Amino acid sequence: MPLALDIARAHLLGRRRQSLVAILGVTLGVAFFIAMSAMMHGFQNYFRTQIVDSNPHIMITDEIRRPARQPLALLHPEAAVSVARVLPRDPVRGIANAGAILDALGRMRGLAAAPTLRGQLILRRAGRDYAVAALGIDPVLEARVTQLAGNLVAGSLDALTRQSNGVIIGRALAAKMGAGLGDTITGVATTGASAALRVVGLFSTGIETQDLGQVYLQLAREQALENRPLVVNEIDIRLDDITRSVAMAKEIEGRFGFKAAPWEETYSRILAVFLLQNIIMTTVTGAILVVAGFGIFNVISTVVLEKARDIAIMRSIGLSRRVIVRIFVIEGALVGSVGTMLGWLVAMAMAAGIARIPAPGATDPNETMRVAQSLDLYVVASLIAMAAAVGAAWLPARRAARTDPLAVIRGAT
Amino acid sequence: MIAAIAARGLSRILPGPVPTVLVEEIDLDFAPGSFTAITGPSGSGKSSLLYLLGLLDRPSAGEVLVEGAPTSQLDDDTRGDLRLERFGFVFQFHFLLPEFSVLDNVMLPMRELGQLSSAEMRARGEELLASLDMAEMARKLPGQLSGGQRQRTAIARALANDPRFILADEPTGALDTRNGRAVFAILRRLAEEGRTVIVVTHDEALAALTDRRIQLIDGRLAADARLQER
Ligand SMILES: Nc1ncnc2c1ncn2[C@@H]1O[C@H](COP(=O)(O)OP(=O)(O)OP(=O)(O)O)[C@@H](O)[C@H]1O
Ligand SMILES: [Mg+2]
Repeated sequence: MPLALDIARAHLLGRRRQSLVAILGVTLGVAFFIAMSAMMHGFQNYFRTQIVDSNPHIMITDEIRRPARQPLALLHPEAAVSVARVLPRDPVRGIANAGAILDALGRMRGLAAAPTLRGQLILRRAGRDYAVAALGIDPVLEARVTQLAGNLVAGSLDALTRQSNGVIIGRALAAKMGAGLGDTITGVATTGASAALRVVGLFSTGIETQDLGQVYLQLAREQALENRPLVVNEIDIRLDDITRSVAMAKEIEGRFGFKAAPWEETYSRILAVFLLQNIIMTTVTGAILVVAGFGIFNVISTVVLEKARDIAIMRSIGLSRRVIVRIFVIEGALVGSVGTMLGWLVAMAMAAGIARIPAPGATDPNETMRVAQSLDLYVVASLIAMAAAVGAAWLPARRAARTDPLAVIRGAT
Repeated sequence: MIAAIAARGLSRILPGPVPTVLVEEIDLDFAPGSFTAITGPSGSGKSSLLYLLGLLDRPSAGEVLVEGAPTSQLDDDTRGDLRLERFGFVFQFHFLLPEFSVLDNVMLPMRELGQLSSAEMRARGEELLASLDMAEMARKLPGQLSGGQRQRTAIARALANDPRFILADEPTGALDTRNGRAVFAILRRLAEEGRTVIVVTHDEALAALTDRRIQLIDGRLAADARLQER
């Protein structure tokens, strides 16, 4: 064993209790960092996949982020002209040329697109009214883009294709209305137009607002009810590679002019909350590691004071300042690495424990908390802990190397 | 013949409002294989002179020549390397590392020098301890030894790297007469092996066992007597 390591080990063993406290500090910091991060990431990943699976990755809507340059501004390009609240000339809002856009999207690689006309509908059944959002869809394209097909618990999208008066409603809404597959419901649009709709499918997403407040019709049927023939106000896009969502959205928006929002934009608030969660978590566990650093600083400072004679004789024998620094930095590294490795074990145990806790508010009682442990977490926690340990040892180590051996030898003789 | 260690106009004065003179204007030559005692009243600068000769302290003026080579311009690391290779120190207090066995304490300078394999170090350490009648104590901790045994361990450690110079500051200060004489017998043997031995003592009887006696008073050389010619 190298001399410095040998001496470092002897010093720590000579201060067993303090060393143990310092080690446990590191263990706690590392374990909490890993376990808490894993829990948070597990939850966030779960949430993210839920969002990504149940929503279009990019949504083109009939909005234009920047209105066209207005004549006044064009006339005076140098002037400071600001025209606010520019209204579109076309009173029928919708995505113009939706057909052409869909054709163009259809030729692009790595994505599938489906048109939607979103409107409002009152469903009337047994003398009661239910206000819902009505989505006119193309069942064939929709199947490629959203999870609707997968969420069906009865009936099929094919049935909607075949049945021009078909409607797919949430199972929860059906139960509330007392309607079932094959029953007829009256739908009244805001235009006053109405139609007798036949339930051809029931879906369940687990998201209450959707299960109770959203129904699907054929696109043509919805266009007729809204009296907006051939109009589409939303195009949903599913990507093969969701990491490209932001770039693709930008490209699509640049090409067609309509607002194309990637899912990150639509859910930016939740993502911001996640970020905040991560910052708070990192700060708190970081604080634990700082406290662990104090523990290490404490034990090594004590050893440095206690071992003044040993340091003096080693220097007089000819051991350099570097060797003295090395001894105490190694002590920090020893505490740090033993604490870190114990921290891994505790973290694994904590993660396993968390993964058994039932998820709060889950519909399925067997659902437990999600834990996403990754090698990255272990590596990051270890690096932070080792940096804290070595940093905390560095200060007393330098003081040890600076002390004048003669002063000690004089004092002892 | 080049002196093993030589002092030329050696002074050590602590700066301050009233400067403290530790040693002043010392000129001395120590021949290889000589056995010298430095004596003098308490506070006369004996330890201070020894620290200067052993490169543990830097002079305010003058020069310490080690085998003819000046040392005052050397950096700390080089002086440390010189101490490690050529000097062995014994102090009044033993300064053994309490967590390490007697043998491990003796091996410490060898390990820092790093010229022997661990088996060779072990063998040499055991040999040194045996030559000091300490063979049975090799595995013990310093806390389990008597004062004389601790001092002999410290001497073994000083000899670890086969140094040419042995500098001892009151090595018998904490020992009784019998143990004190035993230590001086060891020092004499080391000088007879060809090492240059300088020992600080205030014990006249022990000083009489050396070849040469240097007396300091108030940091200055007061007497330099060769007791017996060898
Ligand atoms: N760091 C210091 N600061 C101030 N004075 C010092 C310091 N070191 C030594 N002295 C003084 O220098 C003088 C010489 O000290 P030194 O230790 O060399 O004497 P000594 O001959 O070894 O004495 P002793 O026989 O008591 O060991 C003493 O008067 C001492 O008080
Ligand atoms: Mg002294």
